[in-house]
Amino acid sequence: MNIASFAPLAVLLPILGAALTFLLIRHSKAQRTVSIAVLSVTLLLECWLLASVWDGGTAAVNIGGWLPPWGIVMVVDQFSSLMLVVSSSVSLAVLIYATGQGMADGDQDAPVSIFHPTYLILVAGVSNAFLSGDLFNLYVGFEILLTASYVLMTLGGTGPRIRAGVTYVVVSVVSSVLFLIAIAMIYGATGTINMADLALKLADLDPGTRNLLHVMLLVAFGIKAAVFPLSFWLPDSYPTAPAPVTAVFAGLLTKVGVYAMVRTETLLFPGDTFNTPLMVAALLTMVVGILGALAQSDIKRLLSFTLVSHIGYMVFGLAMSSVAGLGAAVFYVAHHITIQTSLFLVTGLIERRGGSSSMDRVAGLAKLSPLLAVLFFVPAMNLAGIPPLSGFLGKLGLLQAGVELGTPLAYALVIGGVLTSLLTLLAIARVWNRAFWRKPEDAEHPDPVLLADPADSAKGDRAGKTNVTLLPRTMVGSTLGLVIFGVGLTVFAGPLFRVADQSAVEMLGRTSYIQAVLGEGTPVPALSQPGPVPDPAGLPPANGEERK
Amino acid sequence: MSVNLTLLTVMGAMYACGIYLILERSLTRVLLGLMMLTNATNLLILTTGGYAGLAPLFSKDTEPGEYNDPLPQALILTSIVISFAVTAFMLGLIYRTWVLAREDDIQDDAEDRRVAKTPSFDVEDDSVIPVETSEFPLTMIGSDGDAVSNTPDRASGASGATVKVGDRKLEADETASEEQPGSLNVAPPKQEGGGQ
Repeated sequence: MNIASFAPLAVLLPILGAALTFLLIRHSKAQRTVSIAVLSVTLLLECWLLASVWDGGTAAVNIGGWLPPWGIVMVVDQFSSLMLVVSSSVSLAVLIYATGQGMADGDQDAPVSIFHPTYLILVAGVSNAFLSGDLFNLYVGFEILLTASYVLMTLGGTGPRIRAGVTYVVVSVVSSVLFLIAIAMIYGATGTINMADLALKLADLDPGTRNLLHVMLLVAFGIKAAVFPLSFWLPDSYPTAPAPVTAVFAGLLTKVGVYAMVRTETLLFPGDTFNTPLMVAALLTMVVGILGALAQSDIKRLLSFTLVSHIGYMVFGLAMSSVAGLGAAVFYVAHHITIQTSLFLVTGLIERRGGSSSMDRVAGLAKLSPLLAVLFFVPAMNLAGIPPLSGFLGKLGLLQAGVELGTPLAYALVIGGVLTSLLTLLAIARVWNRAFWRKPEDAEHPDPVLLADPADSAKGDRAGKTNVTLLPRTMVGSTLGLVIFGVGLTVFAGPLFRVADQSAVEMLGRTSYIQAVLGEGTPVPALSQPGPVPDPAGLPPANGEERK
Repeated sequence: MSVNLTLLTVMGAMYACGIYLILERSLTRVLLGLMMLTNATNLLILTTGGYAGLAPLFSKDTEPGEYNDPLPQALILTSIVISFAVTAFMLGLIYRTWVLAREDDIQDDAEDRRVAKTPSFDVEDDSVIPVETSEFPLTMIGSDGDAVSNTPDRASGASGATVKVGDRKLEADETASEEQPGSLNVAPPKQEGGGQ
């Protein structure tokens, strides 16, 4: 029995868990236990899946026994299983953080009882999108996670959240409609929506039609991934949601869009048709995003802008469509999910300890809570790309790939990437200086929490005591766990980079994916792509035979 | 593949109206626009199935070409369910907006507006002599060997003043006990406690 046949459980378990937590809606303790247990089991399963494809290879599962071009398939390969493991680890950490917050606050700010089922549905949607080998099932995965995210974003129904929620819902629905139109037109043009089958059939289409379909998919995914001209909605809507919700959105939702873009570019529309516009979009995303971050005075908004900006790095790696570039992009996605989520979780802690997330109000946190300062400092430096952390390694990989490519545009992106990295450091350093290092009295409008009891602060009593009440151990613990996970990505960067590069080789080669879905004997036409694509070990070289 | 012209015309009209409506500021119109867009897309999917045919129930005597393509209908069914859920949720949001703001309009993001109005000059970042606000201020030694700082000598004059902190008053000297020379903001007597 193939391990990969358990892959659908990564979607099913959270959905069943959601049903169970919904039944337990009046028993918050049982609800917490169930949702944490379900996510842990899912994570273990996904680690197992990753282990099974660690050395390469692709496995496909036919749902309900329907054969591939007709039925729905789920595909497990290195990229999708790596994404699954990282996303589930992150969502487990956020779930523990959220339960800690829920236990400490009660139901005041957000009705926690509805949080658990919705959160599990969100995780199921993310897993479904990562595993799907069928374009329409990918759409369904997107819709599952988006609908869950609508509920999470407007949790509690306060004024600002409703305002942000409306923009978010409308933009998301428009992008989904675009995606659905693209699916309908692809089906009309080729008569299939299986991604492996499409990979073969789209090549036979008239170039004009193919480019149209390609652009529609890229625009739809570009909205979800927040790529520059389509990123306006993100900093507007993310910061108002509850801290754990913003954290999980920042980590996962945009990356699902990036994942879909990677699949579109490598599997469905290989070649370099849109590499130049994608590179320009990547450059603008990086630079415009980080310039936006510099203007902000609210930490959550600032982080939302850095999120947009760093999506540019991933698009840059993707647009190079070389093994080095794509491999670095895969690594960067894994790194960025972890780091961005930890930073948002820490911001949640800052908000609790300092009373606000606005840099005009919080100050002196380094003295108040040194642990909090360390928790912020490590992922912040990682985000800015300070060696030897994983952010540096990912950016280095991207820059090397850019120099290897050697076109003027690639050099422009290399320069833009370094500049963005420096500006990220500047933005993060401003947060550090203002929120952590300056004295509370110097803040424009210091929060009363920060000024209370200055007499005791010298003895250090207050720091210890208040920290426990203000920062519950579960919240600090889960944040710490995620920060350590982020550092772990640095420590194990070698093997991870190897897997990322290997997955890039397989994605650009396409043979492994198509043959896993459609059967061993399927001939895969060679790509008319400039630059040699090295063949993964053990796979037959792609031949140029035409498909009937 | 041949297409049904009526369906196409209706679809085009619905897309046009839908796009017009979602560009409105009134939320109800936006919702109507979204409904039009999703339903126009359903029509588009239906069109991709080609001409109407027999129900796709297998019988030995029927040629494969005579069946209707069932897949687009399955897709439409799914997308109808999804758009139903989203429409219901949007209605909830619109009602909530009405309850909270008595307004059926898209609200501006206040923080965004505030940031847009922020002047480009920032006291901390752009002053000629930067304001020292760190916990560990540097004391520079001037050419004459004395400590040089950009602090106006205000700290001594402030003794006896109290600083309102939250709901209590503190001696200004006490507040400033940790302060080192070099800070501009040592015990400003005018400080208003709290920010909220």
